[in-house]
Amino acid sequence: MSSETKQILTTDGIPLEISLKKAERKNKIKAFLLVAPLLLFLIITYIFPIGEMFTRSIDDKMITNMLPKTFKSMETWDGKELPSEDVFASFLSDFKILVEKKEHGKLAQRLNKEKNGFNTITKKLFRQVKRNKIDETQSIKEQIMKVHKRWRNVEYWQAIKRTAPPYTSAKYLKAMDMYLNEDNKITQVSEDRRIHRILWLRTVEVAFFVTVFCFLMGYPIAHLLATLPMKYSNLLMICVLLPFWTSLLVRTASWMILLQQQGVVNDFFVMIGLVADDNRPEMMYNKVGTYVAMTQILLPFMVLPLYSVMKTISPSLMRAGKSLGGTPFVAFWKVYFPLTIPGIGAGCLLVFILAIGYYITPALVGGASGTLISNQIAYHMKTTLDWSFASAMGLMLLGGVLVIYWLYNKLVGVDNIKLG
Amino acid sequence: MALPKYTETRYRIWHYFYIAICTFVFIFLIAPLFVIFPLSFNAEEFLVFSEGMKNLDPDAFSLRWYKDMVYGTKNPWGLAAKNSFIIAIFATLGSVILGTVAALGLSSRHMPFKGIIMATLISPMIVPLIISGVAIFFFMAKAGLAATHTGIVLAHIILGTPFVVITVTATLSGFDHSVTRAAASLGSNPVNTFMKVTLPLILPGVISGGLFAFVTSFDEVVVVLFLAGLENTTIPIQMWTGLREQLSPTILAVATCLIVLSTLILISAELLRRRSERLRGINR
Repeated sequence: MSSETKQILTTDGIPLEISLKKAERKNKIKAFLLVAPLLLFLIITYIFPIGEMFTRSIDDKMITNMLPKTFKSMETWDGKELPSEDVFASFLSDFKILVEKKEHGKLAQRLNKEKNGFNTITKKLFRQVKRNKIDETQSIKEQIMKVHKRWRNVEYWQAIKRTAPPYTSAKYLKAMDMYLNEDNKITQVSEDRRIHRILWLRTVEVAFFVTVFCFLMGYPIAHLLATLPMKYSNLLMICVLLPFWTSLLVRTASWMILLQQQGVVNDFFVMIGLVADDNRPEMMYNKVGTYVAMTQILLPFMVLPLYSVMKTISPSLMRAGKSLGGTPFVAFWKVYFPLTIPGIGAGCLLVFILAIGYYITPALVGGASGTLISNQIAYHMKTTLDWSFASAMGLMLLGGVLVIYWLYNKLVGVDNIKLG
Repeated sequence: MALPKYTETRYRIWHYFYIAICTFVFIFLIAPLFVIFPLSFNAEEFLVFSEGMKNLDPDAFSLRWYKDMVYGTKNPWGLAAKNSFIIAIFATLGSVILGTVAALGLSSRHMPFKGIIMATLISPMIVPLIISGVAIFFFMAKAGLAATHTGIVLAHIILGTPFVVITVTATLSGFDHSVTRAAASLGSNPVNTFMKVTLPLILPGVISGGLFAFVTSFDEVVVVLFLAGLENTTIPIQMWTGLREQLSPTILAVATCLIVLSTLILISAELLRRRSERLRGINR
């Protein structure tokens, strides 16, 4: 049978199937070449640097490179009693190189982070080395141990050994207010120093409540906009779109004016007799300010997706619901509301993701109790210059956002995000 | 929204309650913008409504802060505005060109790995800004572009392209590809077809994407705070420093100008949207 069916050929004699495949491949390459410039640009300037944040956050090579011989000879040391002469000798030779390169200060700093007290004893050792007091023909172990009593303490040598791996999870643990103790166990820092966990919780809390407020305020007006006749809804839409297009800082500034103690909102409260003139409540530089300002700023991101979904729902569905005997509430709850779920999902996702990475508004109106994790990241980037710690916190935040995004994609589908 | 006569009382009450809520939300959304207007004409240095302003006394109003914004000796607004416009214009151009070309490829049905590539292209919109800021700063510092205009323009291109990609792919989804085939069959080369046929048809989408990119760049403060040096100060940076240090009425004058600008942008975006909806309607 098959030998009888002739292969279909194109005019130039190539089998049609091959020719089509060729054309298909050509089209694929063409389409890809169009995307390639932007893709390459983003990969180089954006995706790679995010990856670099990861290597930076776990990188601990500095000390591994500083004490190569020490760590080599420490490999055979069981870590229970003081290390052998061999370890001391290689430590001294590493240390001498560092002194020549004037890098012993960095070493002391890093070791001091691992265990308090290294600063002093490294300085003492440095002075001995500088004055050439250490005689290499005799036991180096004995001589180093004489420099300071802490060099005789095995805990300090254990601390050095702990810094040997080129990678560390310390920054991530620090962001969760934990650290690795002497026995390599994850421990919590003392109670008065647990600041990061509060910030994480507060960030999630603020993002969650801002999303809830945005939903509660955005749903009714999106519904109104979608059901009003075009000429009214277009006018009211300006109320949503004008803030959307207005600078974030302008809107934050106006909230700062409104919420200050002599501000319009307080004036209004005094006027209607809600509060006494001499007892005006503090509404800025605390959580109230953060909530109010962030809700107003993010509200358009809730209203727009809701509106675009509600616009597609035919009003006859509600009428059908009512005509089948449902009260308006039942008709709304059983017919209308389920149809708006994609819009709710898109709006909540947008608002939550934007809120969780918020930085400018909390920094301006939030005061001390309104700062979020993003403020902490910016602080470490710009003030303490602990970039690896900032990277670690940033990646944890990114991880959280990606999990939410993934969940959303599973539940609702990303295709529902619309802009205006 | 008139209620039919037979509506029961409880639904009537509920309806008025609903209208009241909506009114409140609309006021909540728009009112903050209007507080800035009158206060920027304040003759005094305080950011509260003076007695004179409440009585509409003409002496209580002045253009003092606008003069200060333009002519003020120590005011950096001139430089900031110049930088902001230069950066935003170049960033918009870059985003529009890269984004439109990519969108053309993405909406071709031959595009391989569409999902993952789309996710990569719009990722700068989804990743929280602070993280983008850190990552972009690392790149620019390594490339020696920190504290340069080029660096900031590149950063804003990264942040602006997702908007262009999204709006242009949306416009292209209603695009009738037979017109390009018709052009090709009439002997037009692809570039010519794009310029003469495709581009005019998708132009509303391209421009509205460009507006998004422009506003993103013009407003952007998080990334630019990491990247900018003294020479590259922009309006958002100046506003940020001003709001942190002393809230002077000059800021309100600047803010008023920005609101006027955003109103203009809003009007053009709305007109474009309607035009593109009309065009898409015809294509269908």
